[in-house]
Amino acid sequence: MNGADIMVKCLEAEGVKDIFGYPGVAIAPFYNSVLDSDIRSILVRTEQSAAHAASGYTRAFNNELPGVCAVTSGPGATNLITGIATAFADSIPLVCITGQVKRELIGTDAFQEADITGACESFVKYSYLIRDVEDIPRVFKEAFHVASTGRKGPVLIDVPIDVQQATVKNFKYPDSVDMRTYKPTVKGNAVQMKKVIHELEKAKRPVLCAGGGVLLSKGKYEVLSFVEKHNIPVVTTMMGISVVPTEHKLCYGMVGNNGKPYANRAMNEADLLIMVGASIADRSVTQPDLVTKGKVVVHIDVDPAEIGKNASSNIPLVGDARAIFDELLKIDYEADYSEWLKTLDEYKISMAIKRSPDPSYVDPAAFINMLSHSMDKDAIYIADVGQNQIWSCDNVCIREGKFMTTGGMGTMGYSIPAAIGAKLRRPERQVVAVCGDGAFQMSMCEFATARQHGVPMKVVVLTNNYLGMVREYQHYTYHDKYSVVDLSGNPDLEKLSSAYDMSYIKLTDMSGAQAAIDKFLADSNSCILEAIIDPMDLVK
Amino acid sequence: MSSAIKKKAFSLLVENTSGVLNRISGLFARRGYNIESITAGVTADPRVTRITVVASGDDEILDQIEKQLGKLVDVVDIRELKPENSVYRELALIKIKVSSKDRSEISSLVDVFGADIIDVSKEGLIVEMTGKQSKIDAFLELLDGYEILELARTGIAGLRRGTDDIVYPKLG
Repeated sequence: MNGADIMVKCLEAEGVKDIFGYPGVAIAPFYNSVLDSDIRSILVRTEQSAAHAASGYTRAFNNELPGVCAVTSGPGATNLITGIATAFADSIPLVCITGQVKRELIGTDAFQEADITGACESFVKYSYLIRDVEDIPRVFKEAFHVASTGRKGPVLIDVPIDVQQATVKNFKYPDSVDMRTYKPTVKGNAVQMKKVIHELEKAKRPVLCAGGGVLLSKGKYEVLSFVEKHNIPVVTTMMGISVVPTEHKLCYGMVGNNGKPYANRAMNEADLLIMVGASIADRSVTQPDLVTKGKVVVHIDVDPAEIGKNASSNIPLVGDARAIFDELLKIDYEADYSEWLKTLDEYKISMAIKRSPDPSYVDPAAFINMLSHSMDKDAIYIADVGQNQIWSCDNVCIREGKFMTTGGMGTMGYSIPAAIGAKLRRPERQVVAVCGDGAFQMSMCEFATARQHGVPMKVVVLTNNYLGMVREYQHYTYHDKYSVVDLSGNPDLEKLSSAYDMSYIKLTDMSGAQAAIDKFLADSNSCILEAIIDPMDLVK
Repeated sequence: MSSAIKKKAFSLLVENTSGVLNRISGLFARRGYNIESITAGVTADPRVTRITVVASGDDEILDQIEKQLGKLVDVVDIRELKPENSVYRELALIKIKVSSKDRSEISSLVDVFGADIIDVSKEGLIVEMTGKQSKIDAFLELLDGYEILELARTGIAGLRRGTDDIVYPKLG
């Protein structure tokens, strides 16, 4: 037995079924040992996609088990960084394994040597460089624990090739983790929780703002039960979409500079704001001081450093959202917010976003709404980055399904590899990736991955031959002086589809939209639906 | 909270892993926090290092610094060293240009401050001084007429007074 065998045994002990990666010499012992296990290796076409696919994989099953990727040293490892940083920004649990040059060559600028633990320092929750083969079981145990507890996130394990090759006599996987330094708070403080209820009793205009942390804690049911029990209106951040079904009577949409005007107004006019698992970053709350002014702010987060980072709060409450709402549900109180809900319902109508789309194109807003209504109730919708992301967030209808996107980092090209990961984890679910023609080309190489591993893909491409989000920015900021946003030169997607044995549907205006969507969703083969949208269309 | 810039000293116990100092200083660099000084040394338990870091910022930043440092996986414990219940010391080595005729004046100054002359050469000497930062500052001020050739200050190391509330007695 050698170190690589041990690494594989550790993954088996954690229940890992699939890994995403790209081999190379420095990780070759590991990929040799993995052949002797039942773990399935998915060969992506570029390393960044391995992390995105692993992210989609874990998110598709409530982040239950960290997604795993394994790549080689040097360029393999550095290519992975964007994917790791993307996962870190959204607190997605990953265990990323990188090969490294042999120990005696570390620090000599050897071939394909990169100081990957150093390079990733600011993007990982924790990282390890294993120098002793005997440390492998402990490190893997800790890595899975750190990645999937507290505020979740990616953990990097860098393993020199000679550590993978070193002989080991026996293998014992630790039963438990013994880390004196790392003990995240899960249970909420009882006194603080009583204060929250007390404020809710006094409040006339409460609003709960749900972030991605609710989903990460698997607290969706508890939060929904709580707001339903007391009739508390809910707004969400981008990462919090799907905490409450879009068409739920208490759901008032996404906040932020790209969100619903009435969602922002609800938050501004509230006298009690309960932030749950939200980092209050600049895109969701542009001016935290203004939003928090003149109201009681409760901030619930598993990461104590998030509380007070971007906005001050009156009642900080550290803990896991699920555990906290489970407790809050047990406390009864009486309050009537019906006047407030009536006001919010009026705002919802009077402040609805009105669009005047050009009928000679597909209207992305109407199209996305129609698409998501036509999808299965429990489908997984993955939005990429760009105008398509904003149109998705503002128009998607999520019922019992999932909504995934990269909110923190905004990494273009996320949706296609994430869809591969999600479909592999949940083959029984409908998985649809929606991207623009820019992001599409960043990841279209992954259609080969999907084809090789028999993963049926459903990809919607909103084509406008522009990097639309940047063009929109240049429209407003530089008065239509467009710089480096023209995408002419795009491939013919019909030909491209046939190159990958995929079906292809083209939609040029809204007249045939429902039929095209039905055909797209019913196709058992992988399928690209290309919707031609107005190149001059704006998200706001 | 007040937005005035102030200084705070933190005492950290950290796992003695490779790269731990990098993780801590890197946190300051990437979040734009100011380090006034940082000292590190192994404790009675060789697996654990004690770091004393002095940071500056307004109340909100200092609060974030404490939380962000506390969040690092390698950090066993972090405590603020409040001036009223802590002791701070700094070591300074000061190389002064002194002709033989001025040596006695420097020597008496060194005595007053409880410092030591640890090296003497033809044209200068080295003073070793340990104490509060204010004491070292005061000494340096008194050297006004002399040329300081080289100066090495360690930054402060600190401990809380008393024996209550020691987190990991076994770890030193």
